[in-house]
Amino acid sequence: MSDLNKLTVSEARDALHKGDVTSVELTDACLNAIEAAGALNAFVHGTPDKARQMARAADERIKSGDAMPMTGIPLGIKDVFCVQGVASQAASRILEGFVPEYESTVTQNLWDAGAVMLGKLNMDEFAMGSANENSCYGKAISPWKIDGHELTPGGSSGGSAAAVAADLCIAATGTDTGGSIRQPASFTGIVGLRPTYGRVSRYGVIAYASSLDQAGPMTKSVRDAAIMLGAMASVDEKDSTSADIPVPDFEAALTGDIRGKKIGIPREYRVDGMPEEIDDLWQKGTDMLRDAGAEIVDISLPHTKYALPTYYIIAMAEASSNLARYDGVRYGRRAGLGQGDGITEMYEKTRAEGFGPEVQRRIMIGTYVLSAGFYDAYYNHARKVRALIKRDFDNAYADGIDAILAPTTPSAAFALGAMDNADPVQMYLNDVFTVTLNLAGLPGISVPVGLDRQGLPLGLQLIGRPFEEGALLNQALVLERAAGFVAKPECWW
Amino acid sequence: MSITENEARKVAKLARIAVEDEALPALARELSGILDFMEQLKEVDVEGVEPMTGVMPMRLKRREDVVTTGGMPERILSNAPDAREGFFAVPKVVE
Repeated sequence: MSDLNKLTVSEARDALHKGDVTSVELTDACLNAIEAAGALNAFVHGTPDKARQMARAADERIKSGDAMPMTGIPLGIKDVFCVQGVASQAASRILEGFVPEYESTVTQNLWDAGAVMLGKLNMDEFAMGSANENSCYGKAISPWKIDGHELTPGGSSGGSAAAVAADLCIAATGTDTGGSIRQPASFTGIVGLRPTYGRVSRYGVIAYASSLDQAGPMTKSVRDAAIMLGAMASVDEKDSTSADIPVPDFEAALTGDIRGKKIGIPREYRVDGMPEEIDDLWQKGTDMLRDAGAEIVDISLPHTKYALPTYYIIAMAEASSNLARYDGVRYGRRAGLGQGDGITEMYEKTRAEGFGPEVQRRIMIGTYVLSAGFYDAYYNHARKVRALIKRDFDNAYADGIDAILAPTTPSAAFALGAMDNADPVQMYLNDVFTVTLNLAGLPGISVPVGLDRQGLPLGLQLIGRPFEEGALLNQALVLERAAGFVAKPECWW
Repeated sequence: MSITENEARKVAKLARIAVEDEALPALARELSGILDFMEQLKEVDVEGVEPMTGVMPMRLKRREDVVTTGGMPERILSNAPDAREGFFAVPKVVE
């Protein structure tokens, strides 16, 4: 077999189980592809020795007849996941040199299932960003290119998206606090699934905003997302918000039959200035689901327009609290101190040189909205609006809606550097369609559905009912089959 | 909502991030821009709405209050920028 790195998880699994290919061969193909793709800056810490060792163990396991679906599958891991003995720094200078003494539950689950670790992937610092331009490793670059211009792979899981789209790995992990799995998936023509809050353990995932963060798979197909979510999810006593709900067989839910399902089309997502192509794509996706026998229902989620400011208040407040731990004492970087500097100067200098500008901005806004005198006006107010946003979804689902279809992003991928002189709020507007479900804790999946006029991928997202990822994946499968998206970026790297 | 340079200095202090005086005007402008964007929430009527405390309707888990791990000071200290004699070391905090 040639081009083994181009296989999907399900193809690789079937080939491994049949004995047509070994995990060592698969892993070497990926390592070679990574080696040749330095220009994408997707992988930032390679672990080739670990990869080959894990691949050999996986081959033994397959031979002994004890294989699971992810056994022998080489993966890229977003730098936000702590992996024991491997540099894990969430793309921040402040965690330079940090080598965790423990393993995140998600990666532990993947290794227990026999998956192979290829290395750590680029991302926005502490998962704060929508273009993967805020990274101590430098920008990640999309394998898609237009007229010689380098494009963003999206963010914050930009390295994961670039690596999967460029076939540097079979699949990758991502995290999604406000769209960080779905937006880069949409920008690069891959599938990205954010599970229900509580489905996947947050233990060992470097925290951004704890009430919104959730890890999920980034893959080349919907089936792969189902397989990989099954391996990532677990009930975990190390995460008190991990839901006590058994993990079903998500792949078994992929029947391709959605007849009679009610798909909601939220009118508030038709925002002013939305490009015609996005609107057309949305209409096309709606028709695909209708043709498959779903019932299309116009719905209203009246508080949608307030989701973005609500999200940013809550996320920044939680970030300011979560990131208080980076103080130059227990791990990571400590600034050089001058004569007479005390502990306060140590904190202030360490954090000033360790955090990038966007992280500093978010910590300061978060500090402000939590400070005496503003707590009620901003933070508490936002938590109340959040309750109303969730109620909108609760009402839709109570009316019998099975899933909601909307665009993933307001545009296709933009050029790297295009936002350099924009004010921060311009960048935040990218998340307009994705943040709502994070606020409501719901699962969502972005599926590549078409190309824009320039030939860049565009995705649509389906938003599901809580803890019904199986049904959501099945609806996504129908969309994927009907769309027949097969475009790949031409290799220039 | 406009943030003054003084308020920006105060926020930076609370956040324990050193900001040079020359950088304060730009910082104040940026923070003001973000807060302006957040102002639109004021128009939402939240009368009688409880602030959300948990996004999924579940009771926080309880567990026995017992020691489940420990006895690994070297591992705890292994990533410290400055560790001495089994402790994290910091600049002098008392005279």
